[in-house]
Amino acid sequence: MIQPLAGGMLIGFAALLLYSTLGRVAGASGIAYGALWGGERPWRLAFLAGLAAGAWLAWGLGAPAPQSPSVDGAAPALTIMVAGILVGAGTRLGNGCTSGHGVCGLARLSFRSGVAVAVFMSSGMLTATLLGILG
Amino acid sequence: MSGSRLSIVAGAASGLLFGAGLLLSGMASPANVLGFLDLSQPWNPMLLWVMSGALSITLPGFWLMRRRGRPFAAASFAAPASAQVDRRLLAGAALFGVGWGIGGYCPGPALAGAALADPTALLLLASMLVGAWLADRLHSRA
Repeated sequence: MIQPLAGGMLIGFAALLLYSTLGRVAGASGIAYGALWGGERPWRLAFLAGLAAGAWLAWGLGAPAPQSPSVDGAAPALTIMVAGILVGAGTRLGNGCTSGHGVCGLARLSFRSGVAVAVFMSSGMLTATLLGILG
Repeated sequence: MSGSRLSIVAGAASGLLFGAGLLLSGMASPANVLGFLDLSQPWNPMLLWVMSGALSITLPGFWLMRRRGRPFAAASFAAPASAQVDRRLLAGAALFGVGWGIGGYCPGPALAGAALADPTALLLLASMLVGAWLADRLHSRA
């Protein structure tokens, strides 16, 4: 419980730092797409480089490395590709993800973000639970 | 410090905290996320702790900044892409949730995992960018 809470607080400080200096929302999907296809590239690229460095730093300091399912074989690879395409299309259409609508949008008391969080939490739980029962 | 240099420093510092937080929180491992979303298994509340930790900083912090009226290094707070709850938002959030529930990856953890050269996260991130690109193509035609 301590590590998830502390990790969450670091993410919160990250979001507050960006909001209080540049007035921008620290949404992972929006920053990634903006760095590729949008304007204001420099700070977005710096954020992405910082994110990579932060992940390495935490890992080097002893945070557990990500445990991910293997993508050896066609079926698991295809599953991850379908998941990725849906995450990409959904966050692009909905203008945000867990960080943009969740960590930042809820803190801005945005009604739109509250609706988005309720919808993706519900569809995420429904999907994972159905797959859990079937699989 | 010039404005553009300051924005790069602020972006990098924010990203550094964000990436470290993702790893420390355990959210870079999709099994932890799926343990929260999959209610057919013994429930793992980890994601709730991460969200609570983050909001415990951003809720009061954003409120104070709003009261201040403007950010320290920019003229104003960026306006959100839209203020409306429309079909596009609902469809997008629903699709994102389905993909999240299948793989256990949202964009931040995918970026952090890809940075650590995790093959699964790299494949998911590449597919995610394809999905975003496709959404742009389809939506501009609609």
